[in-house]
Amino acid sequence: MADVDLIIIGAGPAGMSAAAVAARDGIRVLILDEQPQPGGQIYRNVAQNRGNRSWLGQSYAAGACLVDALKHPGITIQSGATVWRLDKGPFVTWSRGGISQTTSAAHVLLATGAQERPVPFPGWTLPGVMPAGAAQILMKTAGLLPKNAVLAGSGPLLYLIAAQMIDAGSAPQALVETQTPRQMLRALSHLPRAMFGAPTLLKGLTLIAKIRAAGVPRYTAASDFRASAEANGDIGFRFRVKGRDRSLTCGLLLTHQGVIPGTHITRAAGIPHQWNAAQGAFQPEHDLWGATDQPSLHVAGDSSGIGGADAAAAAGELAALNILCQTGHHSTETRDQRAARARAALFRARAIRPFLDTAYPPPAEILTPSDDTIVCRCEEVSAGAIRHAIREGAQGHRQIKTSLRCGMGPCQGRMCDATLRGLLSAEATTNRAISPPRARTPIKPIALGELAALSPLQEETT
Amino acid sequence: MSVDSRFLMLPETGNRMRFTLDDKPVTAPVGVTLAAALLAHSGDWTRQTAQGTSRTAFCMMGVCFDCLVEVDGTPNTQACMTPLREGMIVRRQVGLPALKGGQNG
Repeated sequence: MADVDLIIIGAGPAGMSAAAVAARDGIRVLILDEQPQPGGQIYRNVAQNRGNRSWLGQSYAAGACLVDALKHPGITIQSGATVWRLDKGPFVTWSRGGISQTTSAAHVLLATGAQERPVPFPGWTLPGVMPAGAAQILMKTAGLLPKNAVLAGSGPLLYLIAAQMIDAGSAPQALVETQTPRQMLRALSHLPRAMFGAPTLLKGLTLIAKIRAAGVPRYTAASDFRASAEANGDIGFRFRVKGRDRSLTCGLLLTHQGVIPGTHITRAAGIPHQWNAAQGAFQPEHDLWGATDQPSLHVAGDSSGIGGADAAAAAGELAALNILCQTGHHSTETRDQRAARARAALFRARAIRPFLDTAYPPPAEILTPSDDTIVCRCEEVSAGAIRHAIREGAQGHRQIKTSLRCGMGPCQGRMCDATLRGLLSAEATTNRAISPPRARTPIKPIALGELAALSPLQEETT
Repeated sequence: MSVDSRFLMLPETGNRMRFTLDDKPVTAPVGVTLAAALLAHSGDWTRQTAQGTSRTAFCMMGVCFDCLVEVDGTPNTQACMTPLREGMIVRRQVGLPALKGGQNG
């Protein structure tokens, strides 16, 4: 018999809501989460910030109720736990405090969330250039506010972070946005559907109004990003707007171009992935319940396709109901009945995505950066070297990796895979589909000593 | 070169912890990660790559591995995934470590 009924990997909105539903209806849940507290990145530290740091806003604070719902005798949560292997069984191998162990479960829900899309341009590796979401994590967890910062890129998160910085008393110096009026025009055709998510749209407009009221200058349709380090450590940020070169000097350059699913674990598990052209990212194939082609593996939340926190919470509930049905706790009728509310919530939450995906697409210059841009931060491989390798005949992620070490550093391609795909796609001479890069165990680096300390018995079960 | 922190520390924070960075004493608020403590202390690099370029904590969520530092003698520790502890001995990493032993010592 399995150690637990359900292992949930990731304690973000999808994992937390799935755990609450599953435990309420009688199954034993183990949550494994890499961060020190549950919440995921969107609700990072939310329970610790209760009654504090109100400038993070109401929709952030609302995440605390998902954390509260984890207080259930059927739920065990292991924080600071890194899952590095998933085997048929399923068996989940995870590391905590330098010790690894393997746990078996009847079902595993993969809810590992998203990461920010890498935004490569010349100078993006300099200290002082950082993803905007990373700065927001520092605001949530350490009360650190970006000082004299420029926000650059596109997407709703930039507006949210700008508004949070304004409310906290450290307004950004400027917003430099890449979306063009033409993209916004094209997005308007998705507006009727987006009206199902009207409160989200309204929130966006409120954020933009706040930025305007604070007098923060906004540049749009910006391109040709380039950063350099000044003698005192400041960042010199150059870009083009309407054919004119502009430059700003700032302490921090915070970039953002949306988020992409974290798929290392689903790829390593052998679940098929498909290219989501609208979102410009690979995502695991799954049905309406988050079930995959492997009967005991399920997916929910942003790691299965970007939908945001509300969509993730709804998808987590649906996955849990389906798992409860498979474990015999619910009939299919009960499952379908109980799913109605979450289905409606999921529909509303997703309604706005086509509008957002079209209005704020990642620009070509980060998908196919200039030759002098570092693409692979770990192994320091430039876009020029990658283009050269492709023209020399390298096909696909694996051959680029073999010839240049691109993606072979400790991040295992998390910071370069998306760009590599952009370059492969742009340089392709045939219409052959580009397969997702292979991900292999261990999906996060692990010390050899820790690997060796795993008992032989556990090794044999895999 | 010393670079001022690129962040403002909100005054709400309470007690502080002590640690050392390259043998110099540093303090940071209780309850933060080592990466947050390093960013609050200085805007300078915390790691230099094999090619000698400067890096510091980047993604803050355990994805990019640019925040690698030596902690209490263990190299390549992810500062953003490591809660700060009192008395931690932290060293910045420069380039690739030399191999010990073998014919060339």
